[in-house]
Amino acid sequence: MAGSKDFVNRRIHSLLGVIPIGLFVVQHLVVNHFATKGAESFNAAAHFMESLPFRILLETFVIYLPILFHAVYGLYITFQANNNVSRYGYFRNTMFLVQRVTGVITLIFIAWHVWETRVQAALGAEVNFSMMADIFSSPFMIAFYLIGVLSAVFHFANGLWSFFVSWGLTVSPRSQKVSTYVTMGVFVALAIVSVRTIFAFI
Amino acid sequence: MSTKMVKFIITRQDNPETAPYLEEFEIPHRPNMNVISALMEIRRNPVNAKGEATTPVTWEMGCLEEVCGACSMVINGKPRQSCTALVDQLEQPIRLEPMKTFPVVRDLAIDRSRMFDALKRVKAWIPIDGTYDLGPGPRMPETKRQWAYELSKCMTCGVCLEACPNVNSKSDFIGPAPLSQVRLFNAHPTGAMNKEERLNAIMDDGGLAECGNSQNCVQSCPKGIPLTTSIAALNRDTTFQAFKNFFGSDR
Repeated sequence: MAGSKDFVNRRIHSLLGVIPIGLFVVQHLVVNHFATKGAESFNAAAHFMESLPFRILLETFVIYLPILFHAVYGLYITFQANNNVSRYGYFRNTMFLVQRVTGVITLIFIAWHVWETRVQAALGAEVNFSMMADIFSSPFMIAFYLIGVLSAVFHFANGLWSFFVSWGLTVSPRSQKVSTYVTMGVFVALAIVSVRTIFAFI
Repeated sequence: MSTKMVKFIITRQDNPETAPYLEEFEIPHRPNMNVISALMEIRRNPVNAKGEATTPVTWEMGCLEEVCGACSMVINGKPRQSCTALVDQLEQPIRLEPMKTFPVVRDLAIDRSRMFDALKRVKAWIPIDGTYDLGPGPRMPETKRQWAYELSKCMTCGVCLEACPNVNSKSDFIGPAPLSQVRLFNAHPTGAMNKEERLNAIMDDGGLAECGNSQNCVQSCPKGIPLTTSIAALNRDTTFQAFKNFFGSDR
């Protein structure tokens, strides 16, 4: 083997978070952004995505299996840590905690989101602008989606930072600092995209 | 004549199996005293703040100049060496606790064996023995020696393990200190001859991959060792090593 089970699992966990899950998240948010151009553009884009060839294979290998592994192993990592931000309130230690908190929030959100959209689609519902507008008719769901999506976006951006460290791309303190700024830029950019999209349905 | 008193709240524990308890002490202030000289004062006259006779507090010490790492303890919430913890610079009451990441032997004395076991596991030495005189090894450039000297300052004090959220009873992580030693010995021109053995050792369970990048270690290290830089550099080395192991390599 390339290394022990822990080593390989940890590296796969890190890789899957960026490729394909991170790429999928960016694609998903960008396509959804069509909602800001009106119901028709959103429905056209959603229809294009759902009529991609080999859809179930794409979904299984790009989305379901990677997220399942990332989620299960991520929970294992999360509950292994003894968080100590109250005693060591350093920036990176705070990010370490926030990464774990947003990971768990994101998992809860994704579970609900998949049930509400993809599972309902499999049961015969049509996923379109009016379905989302329906969901967002409740202020609770708006808050839930805002928290869920922003957690997901933060978890991706900060996870990108640790991906660069875990694979040995950013080694020096300066490169890690620059990468903090870049990945937080990614967070802000994706946050703007997703918040604009959510408010387009309201 | 009233003398200025220094107040201590010490977490005590009679043996590894019994429950810890707090005991308060008040001792007369002396100029320039450090935590160790205060503990020595308690040992000389083991009477607690209530005036009751008690057992002297146990702690470990060695060099008294912050190079041996033996006297580490948690002082006012932060792990550090008690020899360089000057009483006048500490907020009172001064709280002393053992570094609970390690098994407590008695009071403030802990057992750091796991760190020495980890150093053995990762082969943190340079094999130079042969059946005949192998002659001088390759020379090390002076600039690299100066850089490596910083990594060699590690005194196995355990502060980085105490600060790390991933070193705990739920995980078998060996901690930052032995990882950085792998980088030190891999950087040595003779040590580099056994680089792969050490990299494979830290790619085992409880090794490098358990790091979660909280970076508390580099903030806490009393010797200012660039622990997170070492870890990231080893992440890079093990990335290559993993591919070599899996696909094979013509070296």
